Amino acid sequence: MTMKTIAIIGAGPAGMEASGSLARLGYHVVLIEKEATVGGHLKNLFQLFPDRRPGKEILTHLVQTIKHPGIQIKVNSEVSEVQKLDNSFALKINEETMNADAVLVTTGFDLYDATEKEEYGYGIYPNVITSADLEQMFHNGKVVTEEGKTPKRVAFIHCVGSRDEKAGNNYCSKVCCVTAVKQAIEIKELLPETEVFCYYMDIRMFGPYYEELYREAQEKWGVMFIRGKLSEASQNMDGSILMKAEDTLAGKPLRMNTDLMVLMAGMVPSASSKKVAQQFKMEEGQNRFFKSADNHYRYNESQQMGVFIAGACVAPMNITDTIANARAAAVKIDEYLKN
Amino acid sequence: MQPNYFDPFVLPFTLSMFALLTFLVFKYGSWIYRFGASDRKKVFKGFFSRNSWLAMKEIFMEGLLHRKIFKTNRRLGYMHMSLAFGWFLLIVVGAIEAHTFAKGSSPFYFPIFFRFFVPGTHESFFSDGFTQLMDLLLLFVLSGLFLAVLKRFKSVWVGQTKTSRKKPIDRVVLTSLWLIFPLRLLAESFTSGIHHSGGFLTGSLGTFFGVFLPINQLAYPAWWAYSLALGFFFIGLPFTRYMHIPTEMVLIFFRNWGIKLGVDNPVLMEVEINSCPKCGICIDTCQLSSMAGIHNTQSVYFIQKLRYHEDYNQVAESCLMCGRCEAVCPVAIDLNSIRLMHRADVSATREENFGFIPVQTRTADVIYFAGCMTHLTPTIKNSMVKILNASGDKYWFFDKEQGACCGRPLKLAGQLEAARELVERNRQMMMESGARMLVASCPICYKTFAEDYHLGMEVLHHSQYLERLMANKQISVEKLEVSAVYHDPCELGRGSGIYESPRAVVQNVAKLKSSVYQKENALCCGGSIAHLTLPLEKKKQIARETLRLLTVEHPQVIATGCPLCKKSFTGESGTKIMDIAELVAKALVAKPVREAAKQQKEPVYL
Ligand SMILES: Cc1cc2nc3c(=O)[nH]c(=O)nc-3n(C[C@H](O)[C@H](O)[C@H](O)COP(=O)(O)OP(=O)(O)OC[C@H]3O[C@@H](n4cnc5c(N)ncnc54)[C@H](O)[C@@H]3O)c2cc1C
Ligand code: SF4
Ligand code: SF4
Ligand code: SF4
Ligand code: SF4
Repeated sequence: MTMKTIAIIGAGPAGMEASGSLARLGYHVVLIEKEATVGGHLKNLFQLFPDRRPGKEILTHLVQTIKHPGIQIKVNSEVSEVQKLDNSFALKINEETMNADAVLVTTGFDLYDATEKEEYGYGIYPNVITSADLEQMFHNGKVVTEEGKTPKRVAFIHCVGSRDEKAGNNYCSKVCCVTAVKQAIEIKELLPETEVFCYYMDIRMFGPYYEELYREAQEKWGVMFIRGKLSEASQNMDGSILMKAEDTLAGKPLRMNTDLMVLMAGMVPSASSKKVAQQFKMEEGQNRFFKSADNHYRYNESQQMGVFIAGACVAPMNITDTIANARAAAVKIDEYLKN
Repeated sequence: MQPNYFDPFVLPFTLSMFALLTFLVFKYGSWIYRFGASDRKKVFKGFFSRNSWLAMKEIFMEGLLHRKIFKTNRRLGYMHMSLAFGWFLLIVVGAIEAHTFAKGSSPFYFPIFFRFFVPGTHESFFSDGFTQLMDLLLLFVLSGLFLAVLKRFKSVWVGQTKTSRKKPIDRVVLTSLWLIFPLRLLAESFTSGIHHSGGFLTGSLGTFFGVFLPINQLAYPAWWAYSLALGFFFIGLPFTRYMHIPTEMVLIFFRNWGIKLGVDNPVLMEVEINSCPKCGICIDTCQLSSMAGIHNTQSVYFIQKLRYHEDYNQVAESCLMCGRCEAVCPVAIDLNSIRLMHRADVSATREENFGFIPVQTRTADVIYFAGCMTHLTPTIKNSMVKILNASGDKYWFFDKEQGACCGRPLKLAGQLEAARELVERNRQMMMESGARMLVASCPICYKTFAEDYHLGMEVLHHSQYLERLMANKQISVEKLEVSAVYHDPCELGRGSGIYESPRAVVQNVAKLKSSVYQKENALCCGGSIAHLTLPLEKKKQIARETLRLLTVEHPQVIATGCPLCKKSFTGESGTKIMDIAELVAKALVAKPVREAAKQQKEPVYL
């Protein structure tokens, strides 16, 4: 029996973990990544919830996993053409053609483009940033306003571009609530004098130890949680941000000044996922993420025979679930190729 | 000696004609009776005025020649013209022919059945000419009829994708209408065949039929059938869309006499509703049908629901109020206003209280009103503030703290009472400021201020204000290296007729590209606040399709003059969307501070 080949598109946590699993099962894996380096969004994460371990630790672990003779890594690469054959796919990558007996799509997510919510002022007022920008500040070890000052107050805005009919995204991005809590604590550790507010609709602490983290933020760090949605923001003369919101618990409109406003931009299906969907004629669900053949039983199978899906391109997911999901996909592919 | 021009077969036509005339006199009389006193006066004054002539001219151009339909679509125009104008000429020329022959008195049905009563050739003046002319006219009408039949079965051919749905009674009357002229052709041909008379059409056809048909036996029944077809048509007319034929003329008279549609004038609305021929032109132009797959809400359906007293609530709500249908409606029915009048007045259901808005007034020359939509697109607001600061005008940013709304959304949602209260509050503050000018960034606000507020000061949309600032050299700009296509917002363009100012502004600061979809033919961005129930996905579908059509020339920027348009496009567009105020703010060149600006270091606002 000749060795079967699996093409994995996207080398984020999902693609990396699945590559390792499949290689260990004895398959030849071609891992295709459009960026120059592997790691996906994990590369940008400074500390991970819930235990605050460095993101680098997990990344190192995953990089270790894909160091396997059965895995061929192609960075700066994208599939340009797809041809469906009888029991396989002919893929064109960088002018070379390869044959894949199965394809695993792990193209992940994009961060919601917060400039679309112009009323929040991202891209207009420099002191309005996203959680990803803040993560970058943590990497640099310094949280300052545009004017270079230490912020006296920081406000996190939950559900930016998620659970938002007007943005066209009705789903919950799952990880942003706990990310806000994690980042709020990190600010407090770094700048104990700074007041931190979170504006939320609901707090969704879905994973193990997340609720504990939320409690710690309130009890130990004094982070203040306000239930209410931001309606709009404008800039004061000194560059600080004037927020207009409604406190839905108190039932009153509310105004607050803040030095830094952090938008918890949600997850949207990545733009390149759309391209892949067209290439392989895969269906999208109502939320525009890939559609599984069955929501319970065949979660990792797409509607297209021989094409599998895993990770945040299927639905918003944290890293723990992404890794579990990638392994499940590996098992499914193994079963598929053995039959 | 007066011959006896009577035969029982004329009865169906004659009686139905009398019935129809009686009905129309009664109907139109009751309309005039129900007009308010002032409109009634206009009718009596207008009747003998020059305006009646103008009306007749218009009836000729629109009702007979169908000039407007010609403009939208030639083939459709020809169809309508040959039917209407052809029939009209048949009647007129027929009457002249009959009168020349009878030299005076004859029954009024005589011209209609002339060939029956005067079957052979005769020696009266120009008789041969008349015969040929009448044949030609009949052919003209028949050609239009041919197109109409074709349209019924294959409407794409006359340039329409969908034709309006018809009721059973419409079908019966339509069939009798279709039969009138072929039956006339047969009746005249048979008679001509028997008497070896007739023109190039009826004469030749008569000879031809005579070869293989018992035309002697067929002629009389054919005249009966012709008269019956006319009879059915006239009796059915008031119950069908053909009521539009006489009503449209009456409407044109009313309009020329200065009678206008208004909330207080439901009668004219009834006239308008009865004037709709169901031409279906409004269907093709509606983006809800072409881009969002909603096919039951176009104006023709709405009008029909009103006419037949069906439940219209859902259809009344389901409309962008973009005005595209009104712009092309050949009868110029006030489609938007009628729709608005039928949105339920739900004031009673909610209690509004604007006590939270502080009543404050500043003195200023110019009041700037951003509007709540502009507050959600702060780049526009910031650009306007930058420009206002540079202008040297002493201004008051009325809704800087965003308390007020112009009141239009309430009105569109049917909250009439609340809207009135809000308008009164704002009006009072504005009047007390002593300002000479109000500038609004949102076309919806602009229209509301201009039409509902009666402020006694100039009301400008910011496009007009910007144009003026540049013309007066109050600000100076440098042309940017970008190409831009300008998207006309519905409320600013078709709604307020402002097409040129924004274009002049764009031309000053960028390279203006034109588009097929501009001015009256501009598309709706899909985000209209007038449509309260359209699902977001449908709105986005419309936005995407509109963007695709707008960017065929690959402009670098899509410029617009409405915060709502900007919002609906953003996120769906690969091309940058900018308000004209943003373009101007970007192109602004700093210049020596003017006197007024010196005195006013900080902008004057709340
Ligand atoms: C602000 C933020 C903070 C977070 N913090 C945490 C945390 O602390 N703990 C935690 O558990 N989770 C966290 N997450 C969630 C975590 O980022 C995701 O679970 C994880 O990244 C999902 O991995 P993935 O491989 O499915 O997708 P991604 O990480 O998005 O990786 C997808 C990869 O595919 C590549 N790709 C896409 N399309 C193509 C193509 N056509 N061809 C080739 N390559 C392609 C991309 O370049 C990318 O490298 C956070 C998420 C956000 C937004
Ligand atoms: S996780 Fe929280 S912030 Fe994110 S979308 Fe869900 S509810 Fe909103
Ligand atoms: S509303 Fe106007 S455009 Fe529509 S069918 Fe009637 S006449 Fe034609
Ligand atoms: S106003 Fe616009 S949306 Fe409404 S029916 Fe007319 S064309 Fe359609
Ligand atoms: S029309 Fe629109 S933008 Fe203008 S104030 Fe009223 S609601 Fe707001």
